[in-house]
Amino acid sequence: MSALSPSLTHELIQAAYFIAALLFIVGLKRMSSPKGARGGIVWAGVGMLIAGLITFLWPGMRNDILILVAIFIGGVAAWWSGKRVPMTAMPQMVALYNGMGGGAAAAIACQELVRGRSIAGAPVVLAVTGAIIGAVSFSGSLIAFAKLQGLIGKSLRYGAQQAVNSVMLLGTLALGGWIVALHGAAPLWMVSAFFALALAVGILITLPIGGADMPVVISLYNACTGLAVAFEGFVLANAAMIIAGMVVGAAGTLLTQLMAKAMNRSLANVLFSNFGESAVQGAEVSGALKPIDTPDAAVMLAYAQKVLVVPGYGMAVAQAQHKIWELCQLLIERGVTVRFAIHPVAGRMPGHMNVLLAEAGVPYDLIGDLEEINGEFETADVALIIGANDVVNPVARTDKSSPIYGMPILNADRAKNVIVIKRGKGAGFSGIENALFYLDNTRMLYGDAQKAGAELIQAVKALD
Amino acid sequence: MTGMVALYIFMLAAFTGYEVISRVPVILHTPLMSGSNFVHGIVLVGAMVALGAAHTPLEKTIGFIGVLLAAGNVVGGYVSTERMLEMFKSSQDKRKGGRA
Repeated sequence: MSALSPSLTHELIQAAYFIAALLFIVGLKRMSSPKGARGGIVWAGVGMLIAGLITFLWPGMRNDILILVAIFIGGVAAWWSGKRVPMTAMPQMVALYNGMGGGAAAAIACQELVRGRSIAGAPVVLAVTGAIIGAVSFSGSLIAFAKLQGLIGKSLRYGAQQAVNSVMLLGTLALGGWIVALHGAAPLWMVSAFFALALAVGILITLPIGGADMPVVISLYNACTGLAVAFEGFVLANAAMIIAGMVVGAAGTLLTQLMAKAMNRSLANVLFSNFGESAVQGAEVSGALKPIDTPDAAVMLAYAQKVLVVPGYGMAVAQAQHKIWELCQLLIERGVTVRFAIHPVAGRMPGHMNVLLAEAGVPYDLIGDLEEINGEFETADVALIIGANDVVNPVARTDKSSPIYGMPILNADRAKNVIVIKRGKGAGFSGIENALFYLDNTRMLYGDAQKAGAELIQAVKALD
Repeated sequence: MTGMVALYIFMLAAFTGYEVISRVPVILHTPLMSGSNFVHGIVLVGAMVALGAAHTPLEKTIGFIGVLLAAGNVVGGYVSTERMLEMFKSSQDKRKGGRA
């Protein structure tokens, strides 16, 4: 590295960071349309590779071996876990990797502070702010991961929770302010207490949030990590970190809002209220559930003109997407028009169901989102509901006392016939009865989605 | 880098992030979140510089953890995004047997 003069090395590094920032933005832009999406991540990846490699040329870099070992361990662990995780578990993996980024940003700030040298003005303010955001994002994301992974079952709630959280947060801010007042040259105990408090805040504010809201929270922490990275980038005078971090911070904030909107929830509502756990009761639903046999259901599907499939998380849990797609291919061969109707929050987070269907090989042009496809239910002969519940519950349109009132739903009840594949008679995630199941034109096909799918395939084949 | 220049960068980058995402279809929300998760993995270069400047064992330990976590962010973010986007193909691509 001594072959290059210091100023030339500096120019080279800055140029590489500039190219990396450019590639990140182009990559993200491409990722926002289905056609270019796959190329997008490659562009961003090239940018990351350039930025990472050039950093070894940084003047006065020491501990090269240590750096390589850390990259190797972290990289291999993430590679191994990322490759083998099933698609249904993707949301929590995103949370985990995001938390790691937040932790890294906090570690940068931590190292800057334990060094004990005096930093004045804006850098110390941003170092401390970035440390809080990064640490909260780190511990909060780990809790989000643990919850979605099923490691933590119950949402922890107690009486004075908001008050306790507020006190903890104020304590963190106060310690942070103190460190700023000392120009970053704070004693070790203070820095340790500061980080311990910040980590605790992340844990405490995430614990009470219900599983259904977790995707919004993960997206929020994603934006937070971006912001923390941008702030630490300022401390290190690293333009690539500032640009990439800030772009993600803004994009992540927008994504979070879009997700919250798709779930008909405000962000404040997600963070400070308890949905999905409290048993709110809407109006009673009257009528009887009418079961149907597999052969009858098969006939209904095979002789339909148009079938709209509404998949839900239940289908994904049963790993039934492959069987369902096989069934749909049979129907398509028979001349039936088949389309998939996806609610924005089907699956665990917006777009998750599309990923799961894509995994099974369903081409994305057969998949329609809510606005696009909702008008088509009126002309559909059969709406096939698989493991979806709340997103097709018509009380969201009619019953003001229902907790899901106002949530946009798929108008499956307007199809000529409705077949519901469902495991049992239980209520949906929000704990409310589904009026759709009691309609005159609805038939219930009880059973595990995978098994029901396989049986339907046999029954349709037997018709020839 | 002066404070004002940094402030301009902050502002312009924020608008860029907002613009880049503003017309994204719902089907791409999850992959895009994962993709932006990968992009903030750039924290790796900061963590590398920090560890590269570490002297005491404590500094080295913190720096090591930072690089380790950042590397996980980068690699995990890339692998998961790539796997999700791999699946987005239209029916035409499938007929051709090629990839989008």
